[in-house]
Amino acid sequence: MKLESGIEVKKVYDWHDLEGWNPETELGQPGEYPFTRGIHPGMYCERVWTMRQYTGFGSPADTNQRFKFLIDHGQTGLNVAFDLPTQQCLDSDDPMAEGEVGRVGMAVDSLRDFEVAFDGIPIDKVSVSLTINAPASILIAMFLVAAEQNGTPFDKVPGTAQNDILKEYIGRGAWVFDVPGAIKLIGDTIEFCAKVAPRYSPVSVCGYHVRESGATPAQEIAYGFAIAEEYVQNVLDRGLKVDDFASGFSFNFNVYGNLWEQVAKFRAGRRLWARLLKEKYGSKNPRSQWMRMIAGGGGSGLTWEEPENNIVRGAYYALAGALGGAQTMALCCYDEAYTIPTPKAQLISLRTMQILAEEIGLDNTVDPLAGSYFIESLTNEMEQKIKEHMDEVEAWGGMTRAVKEGLIQEKVSQQAYEYERRLRTGDEVKIGVNKYATGAAERQEIELHPYDEEAVASKVTELQELRRSRDSAAVQRELTRLETAARAGENLMPYLMDAVKTYATVGEISKVFLNVFGAYKEPAAV
Amino acid sequence: MRRHGERIRVVVAKPGLDGHDKGAKIVARLLRDAGMEVIYTGLHRSVEDIVSIAMQEDADVIGLSVLSGAHVPLSKRLLQRLNEENMRDDVLVLVGGVIPAEDVQKLKDVGVDGVFPVATPFEDIVAFIQEKVA
Repeated sequence: MKLESGIEVKKVYDWHDLEGWNPETELGQPGEYPFTRGIHPGMYCERVWTMRQYTGFGSPADTNQRFKFLIDHGQTGLNVAFDLPTQQCLDSDDPMAEGEVGRVGMAVDSLRDFEVAFDGIPIDKVSVSLTINAPASILIAMFLVAAEQNGTPFDKVPGTAQNDILKEYIGRGAWVFDVPGAIKLIGDTIEFCAKVAPRYSPVSVCGYHVRESGATPAQEIAYGFAIAEEYVQNVLDRGLKVDDFASGFSFNFNVYGNLWEQVAKFRAGRRLWARLLKEKYGSKNPRSQWMRMIAGGGGSGLTWEEPENNIVRGAYYALAGALGGAQTMALCCYDEAYTIPTPKAQLISLRTMQILAEEIGLDNTVDPLAGSYFIESLTNEMEQKIKEHMDEVEAWGGMTRAVKEGLIQEKVSQQAYEYERRLRTGDEVKIGVNKYATGAAERQEIELHPYDEEAVASKVTELQELRRSRDSAAVQRELTRLETAARAGENLMPYLMDAVKTYATVGEISKVFLNVFGAYKEPAAV
Repeated sequence: MRRHGERIRVVVAKPGLDGHDKGAKIVARLLRDAGMEVIYTGLHRSVEDIVSIAMQEDADVIGLSVLSGAHVPLSKRLLQRLNEENMRDDVLVLVGGVIPAEDVQKLKDVGVDGVFPVATPFEDIVAFIQEKVA
């Protein structure tokens, strides 16, 4: 059989497959270069992965309650979902936001919303991941200010932001600003955090969404690394050394499809990232060479048909993440092909991970598949495949160029179509969909999360009240300072911190960015 | 409904803020493979943009793709706009995406001609268009 990444799998593997393979240089010990076996010496024996379900809806107060529900049930991190207006840099009262406020995530307009959302949450202990991209610099500023108000100084704030705009142009589509300005903002956050908030990981580079958009597992890793290299270069160009900031990078990768292929891609990816950082960028600090990652049980693997089967799929995806050495995990819930998850569905996902970690032995020993003829052969082959795809991006002139010209978008969307065709013909097996399918009878009998129109209306009223009560002269002053600094090419993070403290909104600050950086226009596609 | 030109012309559109375009692009390729002329609008289009693209392109069909949950308000606005432009009888309106079962009738009530939720067989979409646009 052939894996999605194009690698043939044989019926039997034996010692011949690993002839000339040197485990000392290819694996090393866990926690040692090239980190194939994991970035920490004790991995889950010492600390299991962070469990961080993607959560957020309605108003910040609604979301705060759901956060507390999950923490009370043993969740160890938060992964914040924002609504589409926030993702698109629009305030809740913007005409384009109509019908979307609080629908797929929490609505955020100003610092006030973060004060409410994180009220009573120990930000210094529960690491928070902000799943936000175009306005990430603004929300990171809000988060750091909110943490400081809670008594956690900047240099003690843990957490991450997604803050990966290049993948938004490839898949998912939550872009706003033109490419150069958008990348500059990411560089600003990396430089700023390296200097001021070293425990904060300002970027989580997402192979995940590129995979969702049609990339193979090998391409997912390759394109993720090619994206990360663009951000690395942006910060190097500012005169920083790679070891000043590279430890702030983390990755977000996908799990669905063939179990072995996923495990091998993570092991191969870790080895390749470490080698890349050391050999190409001259990194000397092992922490900069770590491919730290969240593994996300992938939405594209789940089905609308017989949704309860998705609970089982989620468990296997989590298994792949654990065998692959993930630092953090989140699983798409069984009802997400219908709408955003109910508390029951989220609890099942959390329990799935807890059972895996604490009941059936994933915390017994580090990298249990190491040395397997098959897994090590596949890890080697995946590394080769990933390199080939990275070379292809390089031949296109790098990821930024490939994105601007739409080359990468075209490639993954063509593959997505072919994959979908294989699903329709049954060449790609989906149980309950194209094999052993029972028909449409029971499809919709699950409880669904409702959309709360009243919460939306009150969000708009609160925002209008805020605009009346805040010091508008201070807001104007900070927005003007921000614009001047943006035109001068300065690092904008200090200006953003000052602006958010005046309760300037995401929409107001983004208008400044739009004036200076311009709006993105999609290349002609399909 | 009578076809405007030699081949059926379809505008595949992404209205509003939702950026998930895999499905829209898959359907665009599918309809093209079925011999139709397909114009894909790209992301984040207003209803006004979509209607004016359909007008310029002399479209027989507008297919909205919505995965954010805002399919009912967006469809309602599209139908209103088509009525204002006196185009309602000239164009078949389809909606696809993450559409809960109870919303299918709501969409039909606001005037949508065909609803194709996640997991709709490809052939159903093609056959529906070919039957309605003769």
